[in-house]
Amino acid sequence: MRRFRPVEVFAIVVIALLVIAAVVPGALAPGDPLAIHPLESFRPPSFAHLFGTDESGRDIYTRIVHGTGASLLIGLTATAIGVGLALVFGLLAGLGPRWLDFGTTRFLEVLFAFPGLLLALLFIVIYGPGVVTSTIAVGLATAPGYARIIRSQVLVVRRAPYLEAATVLGRSRTSRIIHHLLPNVSGSLFVLVTLGIGQSIVWASSLSYLGLGAVPPAAEWGAMLSAGRTYITSFWWMTFFPGLFIVLSAVVATMLGRSLQQRLRSS
Amino acid sequence: MSALLEVRDLSVRFGDSRVVAGVDFEIEPGECLAIVGESGSGKSVTARSILGLAGTGARVQASVLRFDTTNLLDASPRRLRGLRGREIGFVSQGALVALDPLLPVGREVADTLRIHTSLTPRQRQTRVVELLAEAGVPEPGLRAAQRPDELSGGLRQRAVIASAVAMRPRLLIADEPTTALDTTVQAGILELLDRLRADGTAILLISHDLAVVSRLASRIAVMEQGRIVETGATAQVLQAPRHPYTRRLIAAVPTDRPRGSRLTVAPVAPAVEVPHDVVLEARGLVRRFGSRTAADDVSFTLERGRTLGVVGESGSGKTTVARLVLGLEHPDAGDVRLLGEPWSSARERDRRVRRPRIGAIYQDALSSFDPRLTVGQILADALSGGRSRRADVSELLLQVGLDPSLARRRPRFLSGGQQQRVAIARAIAPRPDILVCDEPVSSLDVSVQAQVLDLLDDLQRSHGLSYLFITHDLGVVRHMSDDVLVMRDGRVLESGATETVFSAPRQDYTRALIDAAPRIG
Repeated sequence: MRRFRPVEVFAIVVIALLVIAAVVPGALAPGDPLAIHPLESFRPPSFAHLFGTDESGRDIYTRIVHGTGASLLIGLTATAIGVGLALVFGLLAGLGPRWLDFGTTRFLEVLFAFPGLLLALLFIVIYGPGVVTSTIAVGLATAPGYARIIRSQVLVVRRAPYLEAATVLGRSRTSRIIHHLLPNVSGSLFVLVTLGIGQSIVWASSLSYLGLGAVPPAAEWGAMLSAGRTYITSFWWMTFFPGLFIVLSAVVATMLGRSLQQRLRSS
Repeated sequence: MSALLEVRDLSVRFGDSRVVAGVDFEIEPGECLAIVGESGSGKSVTARSILGLAGTGARVQASVLRFDTTNLLDASPRRLRGLRGREIGFVSQGALVALDPLLPVGREVADTLRIHTSLTPRQRQTRVVELLAEAGVPEPGLRAAQRPDELSGGLRQRAVIASAVAMRPRLLIADEPTTALDTTVQAGILELLDRLRADGTAILLISHDLAVVSRLASRIAVMEQGRIVETGATAQVLQAPRHPYTRRLIAAVPTDRPRGSRLTVAPVAPAVEVPHDVVLEARGLVRRFGSRTAADDVSFTLERGRTLGVVGESGSGKTTVARLVLGLEHPDAGDVRLLGEPWSSARERDRRVRRPRIGAIYQDALSSFDPRLTVGQILADALSGGRSRRADVSELLLQVGLDPSLARRRPRFLSGGQQQRVAIARAIAPRPDILVCDEPVSSLDVSVQAQVLDLLDDLQRSHGLSYLFITHDLGVVRHMSDDVLVMRDGRVLESGATETVFSAPRQDYTRALIDAAPRIG
């Protein structure tokens, strides 16, 4: 294993902090994210309130830390839903008979014709807003992209000489798929997933920002961003810090994905 | 000082590793000097440093590096560009990749003329057709308009040569110009190069194959680990080699070496007695792909402990036969019987339990391994689906002459010869009766090829294995097989005992193939 580069160290440290914030938010911010202090509203960042306070005097730092769990969970769950659906479609298309491949691929192309966010909005329009629906919506919207990549990977690996070698050794189709095809497809998929988590976090936050996901006063980054929107000209910190964390988590997830990709390639 | 190219004390380093050390040679007009050595001996780097193309990070030093009157070490990049293509032509290793896939080959040749001459486009076009014709490309007018993927390997290599000699360079550097080409095509390319030499072009030929070199070179320099260990007139080096490394290289050439003789100096494995029953029988195999018939009425039998060679050029249907025999393709007519029982007509479910009886090794061993697995995991999987003991894996590695410590490595970090040995170990793990070998040594250096062939020979003796040995290389097939099948366009042209077919071929095509096979002397 090569030594870690500075960017990788940075990404790992940030991710570790985000995970701690998600699991035990009290360890990093002991206060109550929902506690209201009307007298301390709209305070700019200071030592008492690192990221300032919002219109009800709630500490933004505390709220961001406590919102990490929700935001990350939405991102991870959405990605899991997306990849899960994509695996089904991708494997059906890649391994099934030709008509099934044709049908699945055309279906995915129809989904591709819509921008992902629009697809998610459509789903929410039908099933109503909320954290659960917006998570599923983001998962649905990302699935076609993954499915197409999985399908093409399956097609490549399926024709690989080592699968033929396994056939010659007398391995059954099921055994070939489980022992050789899936692991080799999922190797590259793993990297895509880490890259995708960042995207899902941004999308889930976008939905919350539009008021279709988590709703105030829940401490979710997108919702906080949305709440601060009214005051953006006077009290920049209300939107800046939630936005910063959305970007930061997406960036470190992507950085981690990239370095995993490079490591896999060189190992 | 009449030499056209003079190299004195050339050394090339990449970082801390010295890949060429103290190399001296010179070439005169109309002379062909061959540099021979295994992969990694530094021969290609030597050739490339003459052109100033040793690569990024290379530090090239020499006391003399002179072409005609130009000192190549001090020459400006501009001066070097002027020399390349005009005075020094370069034919690189892979004709398959040396051409731009999007350009018609005629344009590729015309480019050289455009850069170095003031011919009008129309004159260039005429000249391109002349050059292609001269390089032995049939229907040059038509071919010039085609893209590389529409041409065969041989035609592509001819196009590369045509563009390299377009300016009538005084020196032509040819780096493995015929590797990966069929035997008859190779013979044609060598003839073409020899004609250029006779016209006064100096040629620096780089090859790992002494047999190829002996046709063309007037002098040979043998390179080992960055140094020239022996140099002299071709006949002298080949007939009275002084250096042990040269002797090893010569001994490794399988052409004209009788069946059963050793290509390397290693003890012979003891033979086991085997019954002479028929293990594999093919009757009237036909396989069509669309309108093309890849195999047409192919029949043969293979006895236990014997080798049936299948020889032919690319597209002759050899690989289709291998796939039919392995039960990977279904014949449109005819059938294959394995150990006396139906094989090609059996259902895959029934075939699967009998698959361990017949194994396979391929030309590209590396791509036949799951890239995630280590050597040990690959072999353990082949032994019993992953439930085998480590000792069994070590035993298997020892059988193919590999150190058991390699079990922890991944195949892509091994050399080509080691990779093929791992492939052989995997193939013999289920203790099969038959091995189908599809071009198993075609991408290996001659000396490594010799070791692998000897290994196959040993395993045949000690395990009573039968081989279906597929190759385009007549030298290899003659050395390895008891019987031989000559294929062309999907048909069996001629078959019989190897020595009979080789000493008295009945078909003109077989004779042409045999004559085209490169041999030493």
